[in-house]
Amino acid sequence: MATQEAPATGMPPVIAPAPTSAPPAGISVSGVSLTFHGARITHVLDGIDIAIRPREVVALIGPNGCGKSTLLRVLGGLIPADAGGVTIDGDPVTGPDPRVGLVFQEPRLLAWRSAEDNVRFPMELAGWSKAHQEARAEVLLGLVGLREFANARPATLSGGTRQRVAIARALALEPSLLLLDEPFSALDALTRERFNAELLRLWDRTGTTIVLVTHSIPEAVFLADRVLVLSPRPGRIVAEISVDLPRPRRIADMDSAFVSHVAAEVRAHLVDTTDDSIAMEEARIAGEAGTVPAVRSRHAETAPGTPAWFDPFRPEDEA
Amino acid sequence: MKRRAGLVLPVVASLVVFVLAWQLIVFVAGYPSFILPGPYTVAERFIRAWSDGMMWPHTQTTLVEVLLGFAIGASIGLVTGIGLARSRLAERLLSPYLVAAQATPILALAPLIVLWFGSGLPSKLVICTLIVFFPVAIATMVGIRSVDPRLLEMARSFRATEWQTITRVEVPAALPAILGGLRVGITLAVIGAIVGEWAGGETGLGVLINIARGSLFDIPLMFATLLTLALVGVSLYLVMVLIERRLVGER
Repeated sequence: MATQEAPATGMPPVIAPAPTSAPPAGISVSGVSLTFHGARITHVLDGIDIAIRPREVVALIGPNGCGKSTLLRVLGGLIPADAGGVTIDGDPVTGPDPRVGLVFQEPRLLAWRSAEDNVRFPMELAGWSKAHQEARAEVLLGLVGLREFANARPATLSGGTRQRVAIARALALEPSLLLLDEPFSALDALTRERFNAELLRLWDRTGTTIVLVTHSIPEAVFLADRVLVLSPRPGRIVAEISVDLPRPRRIADMDSAFVSHVAAEVRAHLVDTTDDSIAMEEARIAGEAGTVPAVRSRHAETAPGTPAWFDPFRPEDEA
Repeated sequence: MKRRAGLVLPVVASLVVFVLAWQLIVFVAGYPSFILPGPYTVAERFIRAWSDGMMWPHTQTTLVEVLLGFAIGASIGLVTGIGLARSRLAERLLSPYLVAAQATPILALAPLIVLWFGSGLPSKLVICTLIVFFPVAIATMVGIRSVDPRLLEMARSFRATEWQTITRVEVPAALPAILGGLRVGITLAVIGAIVGEWAGGETGLGVLINIARGSLFDIPLMFATLLTLALVGVSLYLVMVLIERRLVGER
């Protein structure tokens, strides 16, 4: 690859114990519903309630088009909800919110700006002084291990390195809530694992609350304190799985029996929501027709009466 | 060095071929110099017109008309293009007039404009502005319409104001397209200036062509003026290309 790849770990920030974030926020989502009125009326979100503690890491997972990314945009104030609302530390979110930093699936860097100037972009918009911008950008680039790439143009950087610039940019205004929309889905599997570990390190240093949308079950389990499973459209939260894996977590934890167990649990909920016909068929084959759990079931309710086709240690689930 | 030679050599070669063919036609057909002067005659007249101070005042007039007219037309075109890109209503309201203005030959409008604005600089500026405006406005509109909406969403997530979005995202992102429009515009500005001078004027390269053909009946001078005009047009175009390289070459 001709593009530059940054080293895996960053240098410590120059202004050493400088707080890199505002105090983490507690977030409350209550009764959020959303309908798109386009050529066709599409119910996207249906009565979403979530309470997120400060410093918590929450993963949203669900089938394609279930509205996870839309929910993330409602959290960040980019899309207003039709009903219900979002509050951060008790204050309602009414539009794009300075307390929120967003990382998208693609880096979305400005091609004509250097890495440093991309990181400074939000500070420019906010009207910070040049000196303030420079100092903050240096801390952020150090935090993501890109200090020596400050003057590089995005086109000369690898995909992973660009995404690091995007993460530094999202942290620019010291958000108390970091929202990530499938941030590592474009990366290869190995890079992705490393980025997962790095994100946790970053979270440790900045202490933001994190809400993350992902398609990867292992990623969700490895990163999050809690995994929320969404149903197909209209998106509803159908399961809530706590991940009581001690922190700090290491990449090796991804292979632990505990993580596999939780991942299988998440997958089971995804299976019974993603494609009901397959789940029904599996249930029929298992002689359990009619006991498919209600779509609205929460994890805690489904656990005791687990149907026979739900077996976290079933070999084909853990291929 | 080798690469530069590879770029310059073909240009030099084609020039040599052009001059030789020109000389050959004059020699074989035996045209008198009041029909088609040979390259040597024209070169000699060109040098004389520059050394005796005849050419410069006319070149200066035309250059001022072209550069000022281009600057005004390009600025108005840029602003209009931004407006058209951001508002479908503006596009619907303005586009009939824009297209009509563009579809009416500037040659037909020029006498009227000179009648209204006089034979001095203002009429030339109006003509240049009219002719430069259109390609710049359209290029800007198309360029801004094709800016990646994901970049706009990113800017919005950082609470960019409308003005910040235009100046820091849309215009820089559309710059390659806008510069393409400017490149077309600068050559049109030269045409506009000459058309304006023909429709009425006291100095300028277009006026000099008329004088050389008419009262002076100095056909070599006419060709020398044409040569000056071609050099002016090519130089301006090259300057635009250089600016373009500097601004977007690194992407």
